[in-house]
Amino acid sequence: MKKLILTTAALALTAGMAMAESHSMTVRMGTEGAYPPYNFLNDDGEVDGFEKDLGDAICETAGLTCEWVTNDWDSIIPNLVSGNYDTIIAGMSITDERDEVIDFTQAYFPPDPSAFAAMSDAFDGTGVIAAQTGTIQASHVASMDGATLVEFATPDETIAALKSGEADAVLADKAFLDPIVAEDGELMFAGDDVMLGDGIGIGVRESDEELKATLNDAITALKEDGTVNTLIEKWFDGMTGPY
Amino acid sequence: MFEYCADPETLTGLTWLSCYLTNGKHLLFYQSFGVVLALLAVTAPVSLAFGFVGAMAARSTFPPFSLFGKLYTSIVRGVPDIAFFLFFVIALDQAVEYLRHQAKCPDWDMPVRQGSDFVVCDAAKMPLSTSPQWVHETYGFTLAVLTFAIVFGAFAANVLFGAMRSVPRPQLETAEAYGFSPRQTFWRILVPQMWVYALPGLSNLWMILIKATPLLFLLGVEDIVYWARELGGSKNARFSDYPHGDWRMFYFGALLVFYLLLTRISEIVLDRLMGRLTLGQATAGGEAQRKAPA
Repeated sequence: MKKLILTTAALALTAGMAMAESHSMTVRMGTEGAYPPYNFLNDDGEVDGFEKDLGDAICETAGLTCEWVTNDWDSIIPNLVSGNYDTIIAGMSITDERDEVIDFTQAYFPPDPSAFAAMSDAFDGTGVIAAQTGTIQASHVASMDGATLVEFATPDETIAALKSGEADAVLADKAFLDPIVAEDGELMFAGDDVMLGDGIGIGVRESDEELKATLNDAITALKEDGTVNTLIEKWFDGMTGPY
Repeated sequence: MFEYCADPETLTGLTWLSCYLTNGKHLLFYQSFGVVLALLAVTAPVSLAFGFVGAMAARSTFPPFSLFGKLYTSIVRGVPDIAFFLFFVIALDQAVEYLRHQAKCPDWDMPVRQGSDFVVCDAAKMPLSTSPQWVHETYGFTLAVLTFAIVFGAFAANVLFGAMRSVPRPQLETAEAYGFSPRQTFWRILVPQMWVYALPGLSNLWMILIKATPLLFLLGVEDIVYWARELGGSKNARFSDYPHGDWRMFYFGALLVFYLLLTRISEIVLDRLMGRLTLGQATAGGEAQRKAPA
């Protein structure tokens, strides 16, 4: 009899634990891992960067358990839509085109100017310009007069193409180019910056209204308590938090 | 990894290199060689099995079987690998999840397809989103093996189908004359003799399979080419303790050596295997072996 009571108690307890666990939802965070300072793999091969810190803060605030996954930029939207992970947090600018396929939370990073990096200041906005495939910069170059777009799968390859002379300039987020231009004596910013996109948000499936609301609340809370600003100042040299 | 690696900025020369080559990212790079070799070791026998079944089906005298075998080989061989890898894996994954969804969440009232979204209940996710990362990786690896096996199985089926028809007819006739049943003829006479005709074709497939492993990244498995690209790309001092320029050439050079070694080893093994299979066969190779002084 005693044994029976014990077993029932143990059962009830484990059932209770299982219930409690199911309340803390696991959210799989998809990122590219190749776009410092937004997201990159550190020396230990783990996801690191502004979005890693911010994502962890969001998950803590919203009470979610987060798992980080890296995925190729090219197939980052198809894999979200088919459910291999639940969010895209990969420096993805909010654009109308993307908004037709997926949904975005509010922006956690303001619209960032895109800049041209070139080997000489003779660059005048024409010639061969490298950009990463499927980015707002790539579509912008495609619409420029006198410019030929060459696309690369990773942001790093665009820089390599510039340095090897294959491209005359690279168009990318200024925050990505900044540390590269600062460290490389051969590269410089050329021409005027362009403003593209409506800021950077977290991409979620259109059917995931609930998750979108949870993330939005968490981002609002983090903007209010200054965490977003602190993280932006930590990862982006010389930038002041806008929120 | 080593204690003196705590502050890489102060290191130079070989000590720096020893620390650089043993950081966490490089260890993952070395592991990925294991992943690629494991994939080859598992995929090769599985594709051969697919190929064998495909070839048997294609030769079958029962029309539905032979139709299935022929359709399998011609359709899969005709579709470009990359399209197959992108489409098939997502479709397979969704099919599995859809079946689990039907079984586990019968009272779900929303449609599974909502616009471009594919939505199943949480319990039907494969693997569950709560499962640890290694489960996801193993699942991805299994999908990769299955996809590779289906693609390469189709080519193998065609090779084996041809090899089965190349076995000299008199061999089979003799078996029939001795009263072997068709099944006995197939397993005891045809199959042991066909390998010598199949091997050149199969060895080609093996070489192509070795080179096809970068397709793994399409399936979310991080292979050696992915890591070589990631490690070789220039590193900025703000984001890495080991800043360096564009070193992709060295990493891809290392991969070149790896692939060449793998090819050379395969060639040696395949040559030996060919020697064995030729022994006593009624082929030019077998005849040469017979005439060679003992």
